[in-house]
Amino acid sequence: MTAATPVKESATAAVALSGVTKVYGRGSEAVLALDGLDLTVRPGEFVCLVGASGCGKSTLLNLVAGLDKPTGGAIEVAGDARPGLMFQESALFPWLSVGANVELPLKLRGLNKQQRRDRVAELLRTVHLGDFGKHRPHQLSGGMRQRVALARTLALDTPVLLMDEPFGALDAMTRDILHDELERIYLERELTVLFVTHNVREAARLADRIVVLSSRPGRIIHETTVDAPRPRRIDAPEVAAIAADVTDRLRKEVIRHGQ
Amino acid sequence: MASDTIAAKTTETGAISGLDALEIAGREKEPSRARKLWFQTWPKLTAIALAILIWQAVVWSGWKDPWALPGPEAVFPDLWEYVQTEAFWSGLGTTARRAGVGFATAVAAGLVLGLAVASNKILRAALGSMITALQTMPSIAWFPLAILLFQLSEQAIFFVVVLGAAPSVANGVLHGVDYVPPLLRRAGTNIGARGFNLYRYVIAPAALPAIVAGLKQGWAFAWRSLMAGELLVVIATKTSIGAQLQYARELSETERLISIMITILVLGLLADAAFGAADRAIRRRWGLLDRNN
Ligand SMILES: Nc1ncnc2c1ncn2[C@@H]1O[C@H](COP(=O)(O)OP(=O)(O)O)[C@@H](O)[C@H]1O
Ligand SMILES: [Mg+2]
Repeated sequence: MTAATPVKESATAAVALSGVTKVYGRGSEAVLALDGLDLTVRPGEFVCLVGASGCGKSTLLNLVAGLDKPTGGAIEVAGDARPGLMFQESALFPWLSVGANVELPLKLRGLNKQQRRDRVAELLRTVHLGDFGKHRPHQLSGGMRQRVALARTLALDTPVLLMDEPFGALDAMTRDILHDELERIYLERELTVLFVTHNVREAARLADRIVVLSSRPGRIIHETTVDAPRPRRIDAPEVAAIAADVTDRLRKEVIRHGQ
Repeated sequence: MASDTIAAKTTETGAISGLDALEIAGREKEPSRARKLWFQTWPKLTAIALAILIWQAVVWSGWKDPWALPGPEAVFPDLWEYVQTEAFWSGLGTTARRAGVGFATAVAAGLVLGLAVASNKILRAALGSMITALQTMPSIAWFPLAILLFQLSEQAIFFVVVLGAAPSVANGVLHGVDYVPPLLRRAGTNIGARGFNLYRYVIAPAALPAIVAGLKQGWAFAWRSLMAGELLVVIATKTSIGAQLQYARELSETERLISIMITILVLGLLADAAFGAADRAIRRRWGLLDRNN
């Protein structure tokens, strides 16, 4: 396999992927999910990855999160803390209360009881769920569960947040509000975010930079920088214009892939 | 400017809290406890009354002589007398101790075996199907061997009770661990639960419902094995519920025989209710329970 190559701008990169390849399975059933992908995310940057379903977006996040190993290439993540990963489903533990879900990463990091209690209260307040610590996940709505999941991920105190279609299952109004929330937290905590979505408008609403992936195997085919000032409205004309442009490119790619 | 941002923040908080309140409204209504209890109890009471009625009807029909099949009016006074005897309480003590020790050992063995097989590929290949095979073995078929190995002794009963129950417990663990949603494993790993901590904080609790189901099934096997054992392996110096059942048959004390059977039935039902309660408590915690259960 490709030897791990040193990343050039690693000092200025929060996440750096170089020549990352991922093959699932072996022999005739092998699936090439990512093919020599290069991507650098600067500290404090909000990058949205868009691409057709099955193009390797989740694979990429799993690799950056360290949940899976690349077949080739190198991945570097700045800092000591591993990146936090959020999924489309909240992946909260149903046997724990909301507060205990947020507390578990703190416990695993070895914080004492008093510190944990304070941090849990602070994190729940951050996502406006200060009164819901004793609830069970199933007693909350989908949007509230995602906020709990966000609080649980923030408990890792990691500078890099990976999000895999986190708002994909929510209704439009809830999603709008969560965009505001995520943006506020991203700015307050100076996070670096790598955000996967198939919703192009969502990408234009949130991103500093939109990265378009080809259909499988995933390769970067286009990048757009979004300069519009924050906070943007999802129905603002400049957001719509960028979304339309990205949509066109995605459509072309899907057609090309189909031929 | 500053006041602007504060105002913006409060409206935002207002919108988000308003949406939360709308979304979870009406989710927390629960029927009252008394009502729930009544709905759970009356069908059972009716079924018991019906069973006694059928029993009485069979006796009245004169199908069997009263000394072979006595009616409820003869058995219930005997049952009342029986539960006040010294023999009942020491028999109950012996049976409960055997059940407790045997089942606890089976649970410990089953948990260790199940976890080992679930977490190790080679052990799984070697023992996975063996556990299922053991489970299908009727436990009474173990007794001839047990008696040869341990004679008519406590150990013989213990041996069969443990062999009867442990495979079910192990299978419950195996099943539970296998069906932990991969998403929860990945979430656990991502928040820093690795190795033993992943088992402790994620896999074990996620597998708990299946493990409880395995325990419940294991208990049913343990209880049956124990009753079979107490009928077959009568130890003269020690009375037990099963031994008393055997004596009642030998002495043709039919009222007593049926009294003991009712005792066994009630004990089984109590244990079953305990497992049922544990199962429901877990599912309520997890939000898997229908509102009206
Ligand atoms: N664990 C796996 N084993 C085999 N194939 C996989 C696995 N995970 C993903 N794939 C395949 O890799 C490709 C990319 O998957 P994924 O990263 O989930 O795509 P996306 O998130 O962009 O929809 C898909 O074709 C998928 O079927
Ligand atoms: Mg995906």
